[in-house]
Amino acid sequence: MSTAETRAGEYKMELTQEQLDILEGKKGETMAKVIKTVVMFGEIFGAKRLVPITHNSGHLVTSFGIGILAPLYRTMDELINAGIKVKGDFTVDPRPLDYKNVKCTMLEKLLFNKILYSKQEQYESQLKKVGLKDEDGFTCTCYLPEVGNTPKEGDILAWAESSAVVYANSVLGARCNRNSGMLDLFSSIVGYVPEFGLLTDEGRKASWKVYVNTTKKPEAQVLGSAIGMKVMEDVPYVYGLDKFLGTELNDENKSYLKDFGAATASNGAVGLYHIDNLTPEAKRCGEELIKPDAKEYIIDDAELERIKNSYPIMWKDPNKKADKCFIGCPHLTLQQLKDWTDKIEKGLKETGRKKVALTTVFTAAPGVVKEFQKSEHYPRLMAAGAKLSSICPLMYTNNPLTKKYNIATNSNKLRTYSAARFYEDDEMLAIIVGKEGH
Amino acid sequence: MKSFKGRVIAGGNFKGEAVVSRQGLNTLATFQKSALTRSKEVIGSDQNNPDVFGKKLTGKVLCLPQTIGSTTGGLVIQTVCSLKANPAAFLFSEHIDSLAASGIVLAKVWENSDVIAIDLLGQEFLDTVKTGDTVEIKEDGTVTIL
Repeated sequence: MSTAETRAGEYKMELTQEQLDILEGKKGETMAKVIKTVVMFGEIFGAKRLVPITHNSGHLVTSFGIGILAPLYRTMDELINAGIKVKGDFTVDPRPLDYKNVKCTMLEKLLFNKILYSKQEQYESQLKKVGLKDEDGFTCTCYLPEVGNTPKEGDILAWAESSAVVYANSVLGARCNRNSGMLDLFSSIVGYVPEFGLLTDEGRKASWKVYVNTTKKPEAQVLGSAIGMKVMEDVPYVYGLDKFLGTELNDENKSYLKDFGAATASNGAVGLYHIDNLTPEAKRCGEELIKPDAKEYIIDDAELERIKNSYPIMWKDPNKKADKCFIGCPHLTLQQLKDWTDKIEKGLKETGRKKVALTTVFTAAPGVVKEFQKSEHYPRLMAAGAKLSSICPLMYTNNPLTKKYNIATNSNKLRTYSAARFYEDDEMLAIIVGKEGH
Repeated sequence: MKSFKGRVIAGGNFKGEAVVSRQGLNTLATFQKSALTRSKEVIGSDQNNPDVFGKKLTGKVLCLPQTIGSTTGGLVIQTVCSLKANPAAFLFSEHIDSLAASGIVLAKVWENSDVIAIDLLGQEFLDTVKTGDTVEIKEDGTVTIL
């Protein structure tokens, strides 16, 4: 090992000979810029070295060919022309469009195809050339077994997509910083990430003790929102949830934590949380994970109500009923799809309706959708008139034309980035099945 | 007149008008509307951040604790820099976060942007500076509220 300072003169990080050679352009100018970006990024955080990525599949956040992202397409072309690919492969966030299952007007299609997502086809072609895993690799829940990009505890990653990063860190026990789009790709190309933050033992310690003192199991999306808004990018250690969830990471709890984590990451900037007696590091290390000067945050029923009431309603006409609803941001698990099917069927029986009362779109990874289609629940959900898609609800709703619709969601992430209105699961169900007063 | 000294992430000299976000700035939510409508000027579009909602950000001195939200954040900053629609400077009271850091590095390496970024200016800086103040930034990371 030698230091880049002696050779390149401008870096303090300890780099291997191979890394120095790349920095100096021995593998081409583009590759030099790629590693330079990774090194400069790491130095801002005091990283002393680059460490190897140990999981073979990356995950990228940028899946949408929005015309305005010219630097993205230009950079991708530069990489492709230089013959550069990632080491291994990668999955990527969901596609923004699915005309088959999420109907659009002619005007909307025109806007999507010609203006908003005019580069979608070109960008997907670029993704394939630099290492996209396969056609089914478009989802924000790449870690689910039906998708197969599932790191093991202790793996070093260079993922982006805030909900996937927080899940990988917290539920799987992998190690990943909240990487930005482009840094996810560049690190996967180099095969190394700067060692700092959530990659280190110290960086994984909690600076908040959160006490959940609610009278019933809190809604995952609201609890996550409250914690995210309070702790921002810090690591929280959460007490009291095991009272409701138990101590086993079963499918139901993993689904809960997926939604909880997405809300902590989008309403704040949480990259890792520990749940007392439940998540792997909390089970193994317990309170050793808490910093001595950790702050405290107590959450009771009133606090959750206060948080929920603080969400602005962005509908053009808040007195009108919802026109459409999206459920599945992040994408749903197989079990969640089955649970929603059961609940909707039961709810429709109660209201005497045969079909859902408004356009209802459930979203899940292509691999999860394929598995669901094999189950006896699938024809039941379709018979209720619901739609099933692998679209990104955020990318679909995030355009000027959808402002005319009153869109409802049970996702706090979708609420944050669009004009969609948030409802808790029970309220959402009541709207879907057409209960009076909803 | 009050001066503060921060750490230079991307240096430069600039004098301009401050826009202050007291809370973490959600990059995607703040920049997305202007980016999607291909506006030459960025108007803050985060409904959850009244400090910057509806305010012009292009060419301003954006004062904030950190950025938060979607991990597209860095690419969003790179894109607004490539369009030269970016705030002239990002002044962080806290340590710069990973998404904003990515955006600044991407803008410097891949866009040759002259965007300025200084972090670790301290809570007192954020408590003192107000939207509309004139702020002078020096190459060495000195920030003066005039």
